[in-house]
Amino acid sequence: MTATAAHPHTEPDADAPYALSHLDSLESEAVHIFREVAGEFEKPVILFSGGKDSIVMLHLALKAFAPAPVPFALLHVDTGHNFPEVIDYRDRTVAAHGLRLHVASVQEYIDAGKLKERPDGTRNPLQTVPLTEAIQQHRFDAVFGGGRRDEEKARAKERVFSLRDEFSQWDPRRQRPELWQLYNGRHAPGEHVRVFPLSNWTELDVWQYIAREGIELPEIYFAHEREVFARSGMWLTAGDWGGPKDGETVEKRLVRYRTVGDMSCTGAVDSDAATLDAVIAEIAVSRLTERGATRADDKLSEAAMEDRKREGYF
Amino acid sequence: MTSTTEQLSATTLLRFATAGSVDDGKSTLVGRLLHDSKSVLEDQLEAVERVSADRGQNTPDLALLTDGLRAEREQGITIDVAYRYFATARRRFILADTPGHVQYTRNMVTGASTAELAVVLVDARNGVVEQTRRHAAVAALLRVPHVVLAVNKMDLVGYEETVFAAIAEEFTAYASELGVPEITAIPISALAGDNVVEPSSHMDWYGGPTVLEHLETVPVSHDLTACPARFPVQYVIRPQTAEHPDYRGYAGQIASGVLRVGEPVTVLPSGRTSVIEGIDALGESVDIAWAPQSVTVRLKDDIDISRGDLIAPTATAPATTQDVEATVCHVADQPLAVGARVLLKHTTRTVKAIVKEIPSRLTLDDLSQHPEPGRLVANDIGRVVVRTAEPLALDAYADSRRTGSFLLIDPQDGTTLAAGMAGESFASRAEAAPAAGDEGWDF
Repeated sequence: MTATAAHPHTEPDADAPYALSHLDSLESEAVHIFREVAGEFEKPVILFSGGKDSIVMLHLALKAFAPAPVPFALLHVDTGHNFPEVIDYRDRTVAAHGLRLHVASVQEYIDAGKLKERPDGTRNPLQTVPLTEAIQQHRFDAVFGGGRRDEEKARAKERVFSLRDEFSQWDPRRQRPELWQLYNGRHAPGEHVRVFPLSNWTELDVWQYIAREGIELPEIYFAHEREVFARSGMWLTAGDWGGPKDGETVEKRLVRYRTVGDMSCTGAVDSDAATLDAVIAEIAVSRLTERGATRADDKLSEAAMEDRKREGYF
Repeated sequence: MTSTTEQLSATTLLRFATAGSVDDGKSTLVGRLLHDSKSVLEDQLEAVERVSADRGQNTPDLALLTDGLRAEREQGITIDVAYRYFATARRRFILADTPGHVQYTRNMVTGASTAELAVVLVDARNGVVEQTRRHAAVAALLRVPHVVLAVNKMDLVGYEETVFAAIAEEFTAYASELGVPEITAIPISALAGDNVVEPSSHMDWYGGPTVLEHLETVPVSHDLTACPARFPVQYVIRPQTAEHPDYRGYAGQIASGVLRVGEPVTVLPSGRTSVIEGIDALGESVDIAWAPQSVTVRLKDDIDISRGDLIAPTATAPATTQDVEATVCHVADQPLAVGARVLLKHTTRTVKAIVKEIPSRLTLDDLSQHPEPGRLVANDIGRVVVRTAEPLALDAYADSRRTGSFLLIDPQDGTTLAAGMAGESFASRAEAAPAAGDEGWDF
C-alpha cells in the first residue's frame, strides 16, 4: 500500500471498513462525470476563469485522466475587467499542463459594436453572447461549468447534465429527469450540454478539497492590502475599469476575495485570513453566502441568476 | 491542516429525499431543518423576510427558502426537484427536495433514485392517505434503504400518542408488505419545531430520535460493498507518451463491491478473462478499492475492452441477456407503446432496443395490476419486456441499484422516457393472475 495520511480512503478503517469521507464521495462523483463526458461527447470544453471552482474542476480533470493529459481544451470568457493576478495564474496553469486555451473576449465585442457597455459598468451579464457564440463557432458539444447548486436558488434546480438548445437557452420547466448516475447527454446538432461536476459541492467542500489536495490559488483569495472603495455595500477594487466615481473614496484595506469574477461587480470582504486554514475557519463561521457577500449582479433582482441562466449564462 | 479541517472532511455524506403532498408541511419541515441546523445564512434569511413582508406576511415564510424559480414563487408551488446542502458536526447532507404537487411520481423517482433515505410526511389529522401509500410504494420500488415516516402537525392533535401510534402501525404494515427494509416513525411538528432538530417537550411518551438525530446516525453505503464487484468501463486511458508508452487503463467508478489486485476477472459481454494487475485510485497505486470509488484498473492481458464493457470477478460475474424484464417508471410526456424502438442506457452502455410487451400497469392507489395496457403515459409504473440489440450484463435491481437500473431514451429527440429497474419487484407479483378472459376489463 502507498496510502498517505492525506488520502484516508486507501486504508480501510476498522470501524467502517468501506466508508468514504464526504470529500472522497464528491471527488469520485465528479471524476465519474468528467469521464462520462469524455466517453460520450465529441468536443467538450472546460470553462476556466481562474476562479477557485474552475481550478478545482481542472484539478479533478487532471486526476480523472492521469497519467494521460486532460482530453479537453479550456475556454475563458474574458470580461476585460480582470484581476491581473488571475490572468497570470491562468496562463501559468495552461502552460504547466500543456493545455489549449480559447479566449472569448467581451472587450472585442464592445470594440466591434456588437455589445453595449451597461450604464452601471457591470460586464458579467455581457459574457453570455461571447460565450454562446464561442460554443457555436468551435462546435463544442459539452461545456463544463463550475456552478454549484449551493450558490444560488436557481442553481439549486440545475441538473448535472443540462441540455441547451441552439440558442444556449435553459428552460427550467423542461429539464430531463436525472435518474441514478445515468446521465443522458443526447442532443441534436447545434445543441450542447452544460455539465456541472461540482453540482453537489458546497463552498466549504471546495476549500477543504483545495487544502487536502494542496492546490495553488491566485493570491487574491488570501488577505492582502488593497486599494478599494465602497459601492452598494461592497468593497470594489479601484482600477481602470471605471471605479471609483465622483464621491467614492479609495482607501487601503486588508481584504480577500471569496469569488473571482468581473472586477466591476465582484466585491472583496474584510479579512485577515492569509492561509488556507484561516480561510476555511472564516468560511465555516460566516453568516453570509458567497454570492450574497460578493456579487453585485445577483442583487439586481430576485430572479437575476435565473434570468441570466435562461439566456445562456453558465 | 488543522484538526477541525480533518474532522470536517472525514464526515460521511447522506443523500436523502423528502416526499409529501402539498399541505403536509414539507416546505416547512425542510425550512425548519435548514433553519434550526443553522444552515440558512443571514442574506438568505433577509431575502425571505423581505419578500414575506412585501406580501404582507407577519412571519418569514420558510418555504421561500426552497422555491428557487420565478414561476414557483409566483404560484407558491414547487415545480421541480431542488437539491439542498447542509451539514452538522456529524455528517454532510444532500437533500433532494421533491415537489408533492404535480407530476409527483416522476419527481419522486428522480429524487429517490440516488437517496439512501426517504422522509415521507403525513398530516397527523389525516393519517395514511392515498398519497402516503404512493410515496411508500415509490420508495419501495426504488429500494431506498431507509424510510422515515414523519407524522407532522402533532400540535393539531393535542400531541396524542394514540394518534401517532395508529398511523405508525398502519404505515409500517403497508410499507413492510412492499418490502421497505427499515422504517422509523417520528412524531413531529415542523411549524413548532417539535422533534425536528430539538426533542419535543410536548411528547414525553416518545423515546426515539429527532429527525435530524436519525439522519445523522443512520448507517450509509454498507450495502454497496457487500455485493459482488461490478466495474463498468467508462473510458480507456492510453497516454502513449514517452513516460507511459504502454499504459492502458480502464477508467470507471466501481458500481458495487470490492476490487483487489491479483483477482481473476471476466469482461462482459465478450466473456474474456484476465487478472487485475493494478488499481490506480486517482493517481496513486492501491491494492484494494471499493464502491463508489472512481479508479483505473489495469489487467495482465492486453485484451479488447472499450466503453460499455463490464469487468467483474470471474467467480461472481453476472449472466448476460438480450431480453430485459423490468419495472419502469414512465417519466416523459410522450407515451411508451408496445413496438416502440428506443435506446437503453445501462451503466456506460447504450444499445438499441425494442419494447416487446407491456404486461401490466400498476395503480399506485391500491397496487392493483391492469393487464396489457398497451402503453404507458407520464407517471405510470408498469412492467415491460424489452429486447436489446446487444447483450447486457444486467443485475436485478433488487441486488444492485447501480447495475440493475437503466434508462429508456427516445432515439429521435433524446428524451428520457422511462426509469427502468430490472428483475422482479412488487409490481410484478400479480403478473400471472389475470386470465385471458379478463383482458380489457378495466378500460
